[in-house]
Amino acid sequence: MLNKTAHLSPSKQLAMNYFRVAIVLFGAQLLFGLVIGLQYLFPGFLYEVVDFSVARMIHINALVVWMLYAMIGSVYLMLPDETGIEKPVGMGLGKLAFWVLTAAVAVVVVVFLFIQVGPGKESSIWFINEGREYLEAPRWADIGIVVVVLIFYANVFFTYMKGKKTGIMTVMVANLMAVAGLYLAGMFFTDNISMDQYWWWWVIHLWVEATWEVFVGTLAAYALLRVIGAKREIVEMWLWIEVLMLFGSGILGLGHHYFWIGTPEYWWEIGALFSSLEPVPLVAMFVHVLYDWGKEQGAHEAGGKGNAITNGPTMAWVTVNAFGNFLGAGIWGFFHTLPQVNIYTHGSQFTAAHGHLAFFGAYATILVGMMYLGIQDSYGLKKLKATFKSKMALFLITFGMLGMAVALTIAGYEQVLVERAELGAGWQAFFTAQNLPWYVQAMVWREIMGVVVFLGFVYLVWDLLTIGKVEAAAEEA
Amino acid sequence: MAGKKASVWTSISFWRRSAAWVTGLATILLIWLTFDTMAQIRMGTDQELKEGIKRRIPAPTVINYKIDYKYDEKRGLEAPVIGPEKQPLFGKELSPKEAAALLHLGKLTSQSKNCMDCHTLLGNGGYYAPDLTKAWLDPMWEQTMPAMTGKKTKEEAMVAFLMHPDKYPTHARMMPNLGITEQEAKGLVAFLKHMSSIDTNGYPRGFSKTIKEFQTGGTYAK
Ligand code: HEC
Ligand code: HEM
Ligand code: HEM
Ligand SMILES: [Fe+2]
Repeated sequence: MLNKTAHLSPSKQLAMNYFRVAIVLFGAQLLFGLVIGLQYLFPGFLYEVVDFSVARMIHINALVVWMLYAMIGSVYLMLPDETGIEKPVGMGLGKLAFWVLTAAVAVVVVVFLFIQVGPGKESSIWFINEGREYLEAPRWADIGIVVVVLIFYANVFFTYMKGKKTGIMTVMVANLMAVAGLYLAGMFFTDNISMDQYWWWWVIHLWVEATWEVFVGTLAAYALLRVIGAKREIVEMWLWIEVLMLFGSGILGLGHHYFWIGTPEYWWEIGALFSSLEPVPLVAMFVHVLYDWGKEQGAHEAGGKGNAITNGPTMAWVTVNAFGNFLGAGIWGFFHTLPQVNIYTHGSQFTAAHGHLAFFGAYATILVGMMYLGIQDSYGLKKLKATFKSKMALFLITFGMLGMAVALTIAGYEQVLVERAELGAGWQAFFTAQNLPWYVQAMVWREIMGVVVFLGFVYLVWDLLTIGKVEAAAEEA
Repeated sequence: MAGKKASVWTSISFWRRSAAWVTGLATILLIWLTFDTMAQIRMGTDQELKEGIKRRIPAPTVINYKIDYKYDEKRGLEAPVIGPEKQPLFGKELSPKEAAALLHLGKLTSQSKNCMDCHTLLGNGGYYAPDLTKAWLDPMWEQTMPAMTGKKTKEEAMVAFLMHPDKYPTHARMMPNLGITEQEAKGLVAFLKHMSSIDTNGYPRGFSKTIKEFQTGGTYAK
């Protein structure tokens, strides 16, 4: 992952830079996850040094930022392949934007970690901490991010206009505009907490349950073309169907966050109806990946050409993505999406179970898959086969995340039944549930499974650093 | 597909057009609903409060009133009950301007101290500490906390707690000292009291029901 990129097109070189930062931030995310998991068990751990809120903020911001990095990287990776242009329009600016963004991220992390909180003044919102979950980045950084993203978008847009216009790129260009535009909805201050959360969800939900999902659809389409040689017409037709279903359900599915924040009761019906449909495209995406794989593999074997897969680790991660997206977002999301259920589960460990499995299943997986594609290109390999380390990484991370989600689901049940249903969610009710032996046990298991995930991550980094060289040597021999 | 007389189900242009239409329609519906919701969740006015007109999010001067959270037979859920008795915060009735300024300070402080990454507000945020949606009405603030902090009223007790949570722990999992000043703490109390007056369609359900069942009056008692 570190060298061998000199022969790559400028676009792909930049992609690798984005991937490198992404993987570092992924590691930071996991470390801070382990810290807050530990604080559940030992509340004195780092008390008033790195408090839960500080470590949690870094955990979830590192998450969002590494995913954005890996997403931008993936776009630069596919750009030359899809448009036929090796050097995107405005590449110099694109490179500069990468360094500016990375410097800004570093400054924000340092401020989060060492300044942490500010006085109750506008200047705190501008320079220290905006204090809204996921969007904690101070306003100056928000504006910086918008500028950098505009430069990135200009790269992509003008290259698209100049080159081939494939269906995949058309979806990508239109969707990226929505991703960027939605971020603006989270950039203002209001004293009205209901208004605040109304627009906050425009960013969070319309990202992860609409635009990012479409993004994943385009990545999966691109990966299937490259990795198993799927037919473009079929892949692109599916992509449009996915766009239809994802936006058709996801946009109004937003209503499932407007049940209890002061918004009118009609959101119960709208949110319930449309968000219940959200799992449908996720099933479709799952079926699509498996079906195409089976078909291409069959055709290959019938033609005596052996294995259809040209990149083992990517295909494995894309498959885990197809299933994980359906399980974490589709199944775990549907569990609590009806208002009749959500009035009890809202803001409980159940939400955390879903949040973890969905972010992992839907996004972490496919983005790691894209990194392996980048490695294959960097070393100019015809085939990239999974190594022992690739397999350990995939197994440990997936098993650990599933284990975490199961533990959190059990904790969530306990909390919902005791704190919410039985005791009615007050301060004492909250702690009564937090101190139940079974709840505490679940929190221990969450942490153990977190360590398993981290071990898998170590294998992942090790593999990304070495697999290219190993395979290149094998290919030469 | 090209060449052959393709069925509409395998026609890319059919799906592309359908995707555009469905996305457009969903977006238009969302924007329309947003306009309606914006009108319903704008903050009310002092005049509306005085006339007893219900708003989902009342004016900042709601902090001059007594707030309760009671089961509403007709809606089948709990809803805030505001006034008509006054119960001015810190014993002093505030003008609309003063109340708005205090609420502004409180909301700003809640963000700059990042309450939301430990607590949930309206059910959204971190799950490490109790939900603050109806914290103003929590039974713990009636007697336990004023006694512990040596204050006469719950708002004074809240200020004392928020300024020095490390001095008044009730559980092993403690809230840290966030360097909150007295004025900021007062703002936060106004913010919490205001939040408890928001009509959340009955969330949290049965708020402190069991605890209240053993007492007379209060939030869940009919
Ligand atoms: C680092 C995590 C953390 C942060 C940040 C934090 N709190 Fe707390 N808070 C707690 C914990 C833990 C408790 C429970 C303390 C106990 O029971 O001893 C608590 C208790 C409370 C309570 C009493 C519980 C109730 O239901 O009434 C209130 C009110 C409160 N916090 C308000 C705030 C406000 C306002 C902020 C932001 C300015 C804030 N907290 C920031 C962790 C935090
Ligand atoms: C990849 C897609 C998805 C991701 C990454 C995701 C992630 C999340 C996260 C992180 C939260 C918690 C937000 C917070 O911090 O408050 C959340 C909440 C929620 N999600 Fe998802 N989600 C996805 C898809 C879905 C789907 C498809 C459904 C429904 C079928 C769904 C239903 C919900 C509901 C109802 C909540 C609110 C939980 C509560 O009331 O506390 N999600 N989601
Ligand atoms: C080492 C493994 C990990 C551990 C121990 C861990 C632990 C935690 C903890 C303790 C929280 C705070 C929940 C709360 O407020 O009570 C949290 C939040 C969160 N984590 Fe992790 N985490 C880990 C890995 C991950 C991964 C890999 C992802 C995504 C791919 C992720 C996504 C999230 C999200 C989205 C939230 C916010 C959830 C919400 O608000 O509902 N975490 N994590
Ligand atoms: Fe959602």
